[in-house]
Amino acid sequence: MNSNYEKILKSARDLRWDIGVDFHEKTMEALYTDATRIADRAVTYPKEKPRFDLDRTIDKLVTSRVWGFPLMILMLTFIFWLTITGANYPSGLLFSLLIDKVHPLLKAGAASIGMPWWLDGVLIDGAYLATAWVVSVMLPPMAIFFPLFTLLEDFGYLPRVAFNLDHIFRKAGAHGKQALSMTMGFGCNAAGVISTRIIDSPRERLIAIITNNFSLCNGRWPTQILIATIFIGTMVPASLGGLISAISVVAIALLGVLLTFVVSWALSRTILKGEVSTFTLELPPYRPPRILQTLYTSMIDRTLVVLWRAIIFALPAGVVLWISANLMIGGVSLAEHLVNILNPFGLLLGLNGVILVAYIVAIPANEIVIPTIMMLTVLVTGGNGIGAGSGVMFELESGLATLNILTQGGWTLLTGVNLMLFSLIHNPCSTTIYTIYKETGSAKWTTIASLLPVVMGFVVTFFTAQIWRLIAGW
Amino acid sequence: MDQKINNKQQEGSKVAGVSADCASCPVHHAANLKKLGVDMESWDFVVALAGNPNTGKSTVFNALTGLKQHTGNWPGKTVTRAEGGFEYGDNRYKLVDLPGTYSLLATSLDEEIARDFILFAQPDVTIVVVDASRLERNLNLVLQVLEITNRVVICLNLMDEADRHQMKVDPRRLARDLGVPVVPTVARYDEGLEELLAAIHEVANGETLAKPYHVTYDNPKLDRAVSQLVSQIEDAFPQVPNARWVALRLLDGDERIIKAVVDGELGELTYTRDDLEGASVSHVSNKSGFAQ
Repeated sequence: MNSNYEKILKSARDLRWDIGVDFHEKTMEALYTDATRIADRAVTYPKEKPRFDLDRTIDKLVTSRVWGFPLMILMLTFIFWLTITGANYPSGLLFSLLIDKVHPLLKAGAASIGMPWWLDGVLIDGAYLATAWVVSVMLPPMAIFFPLFTLLEDFGYLPRVAFNLDHIFRKAGAHGKQALSMTMGFGCNAAGVISTRIIDSPRERLIAIITNNFSLCNGRWPTQILIATIFIGTMVPASLGGLISAISVVAIALLGVLLTFVVSWALSRTILKGEVSTFTLELPPYRPPRILQTLYTSMIDRTLVVLWRAIIFALPAGVVLWISANLMIGGVSLAEHLVNILNPFGLLLGLNGVILVAYIVAIPANEIVIPTIMMLTVLVTGGNGIGAGSGVMFELESGLATLNILTQGGWTLLTGVNLMLFSLIHNPCSTTIYTIYKETGSAKWTTIASLLPVVMGFVVTFFTAQIWRLIAGW
Repeated sequence: MDQKINNKQQEGSKVAGVSADCASCPVHHAANLKKLGVDMESWDFVVALAGNPNTGKSTVFNALTGLKQHTGNWPGKTVTRAEGGFEYGDNRYKLVDLPGTYSLLATSLDEEIARDFILFAQPDVTIVVVDASRLERNLNLVLQVLEITNRVVICLNLMDEADRHQMKVDPRRLARDLGVPVVPTVARYDEGLEELLAAIHEVANGETLAKPYHVTYDNPKLDRAVSQLVSQIEDAFPQVPNARWVALRLLDGDERIIKAVVDGELGELTYTRDDLEGASVSHVSNKSGFAQ
């Protein structure tokens, strides 16, 4: 019974002294030696080494001190550009299907069965419309970005990115693999948070989770592109519009990367102090990616799962928005009340009340920020003949028409710029917050991860506004 | 049943908590597996899939299971695990994907999970997926697996990569040296899978008996220490199939193994040495380059 077992352990302990302190190394060495011997017998190499090794040549280029970073940025720009231009057409199609065609059908259907106006408003103008928005705006870019990303993974390029960024992350007190979760976050922050599972140390994993928010996710690209287009793009000829959009998104994305490093550094010096762990990074050989298989698995695993979660959170948001726009208190809608209350604070930050209310409503999904802003601006300025009634989200075809509405609402270039900054630096969307909670199991860290960016956002926009106004003498 | 034998078995059960009767009972094996979260309700055999990262393990997994897979968690640990199934011949195989590891020293969570599964769940077959173009490094894991279990099939994958580098890898030589079946494959193009399935089938059904290679340590002091411990271990746990490996781990101070000794867990391992290193002649198949 137990005494037998005790005897074994005691023997082991005693014998350990006998066999010497370097027993472990010796056994490892024996293992390696045998492995080498067996491999040598089974493998024959060519007489001459091939003069041109494609893998090594690519790696010399991709991880070189001079070309490594520019190539990464170029690759990022290319992917962004491909996603943006590729998603335009399907987004437009989905839009015209779900919103231009199905929405009126639903309204007609509701009218024919005599649904009360408020129920039809909540369900169709609120819940359905918000979901339709999210699907048409979010699905196409994700359906392009995630496969592209997975193809890049398959090809073998991503570990080279981790290799290039590793020493920067180390200086920032974070783990090299954070490079990978950070790049995943460009597709979707929730997916990025899940991908931090590759980091073993809890401290470094938390840093990766908290800073993942600074990766500009797909849902925020439309905001960035639109604002860049109408405030910056109107300064260049139309043919360069797409390119300028891509470049401005890349610029903001790079700012996000910079913030990732800075905040990681700050966290590792303050509330997440600790040692940087070492890890083995294998640079696998480049392999031609399997395109069809990748398309299939990335669709199922990443795109649909994330989309599903987003829909679940968008439904209630639509309901809330519609209610707040149609619930009248003292002759003025609840939404307008909120806008007026938050306006002074908003102006202080170089934003305005409309933006702040839109961001509160858009906590579920970043995609509905712009349509909500448009709807609220029209509501507040009492614009005529635009849109389909109060509380109904819409978006305008022409950049200039949008610009007109916004300037009527008191927007300036400062507002545009600060909106782009705030869109980068604010709380994560509710899907991500939920994912963070599930991954960390800690309410404390989820709160920090949610509040830290928004507080930073306020600080950054505030100072930008002050400096801008000082310079512009406004 | 003879009364005397019955009594002896009863005594045995007092010592190790598990009698020899228990050991050969399929229900007991299933109970062990259940502890590790593997439900064997409708399956005949459990197959573990091990290997270094980046060897095409997932490709092999997908190729064998098609879409019949689902993901879950390792019990007690927050690491996802893929499980799938396939049918071959008359049998139904459950395939469990172990985390990709470079070794089984259990210095990280992944290694711990892989090692614990191979040791305690005692899969009927353990496939080790090996990158043919990086054989030396991959063999480290293979040799460690061979010290824990005999029922191994080596899937020599990425043969096309080796070709690309103009390396010639000889699976028959490898099989002879390692003492276990070696099947060359190019999983991403579904090449070699038939042979792999055949090898799995034969190992699972006991039609192939392996004489696996065991690493020799040229260290007389160590050898003495090991043999002393081995006899003590075999006295306390007559069933344990890999006493030598257990001895080495104890000398290394491996806490999980120490715990398994203290708790008597080692006594719950079901396959005995006799089952594994049988005296019967092993089956030879020219196609797959089995050991002779």
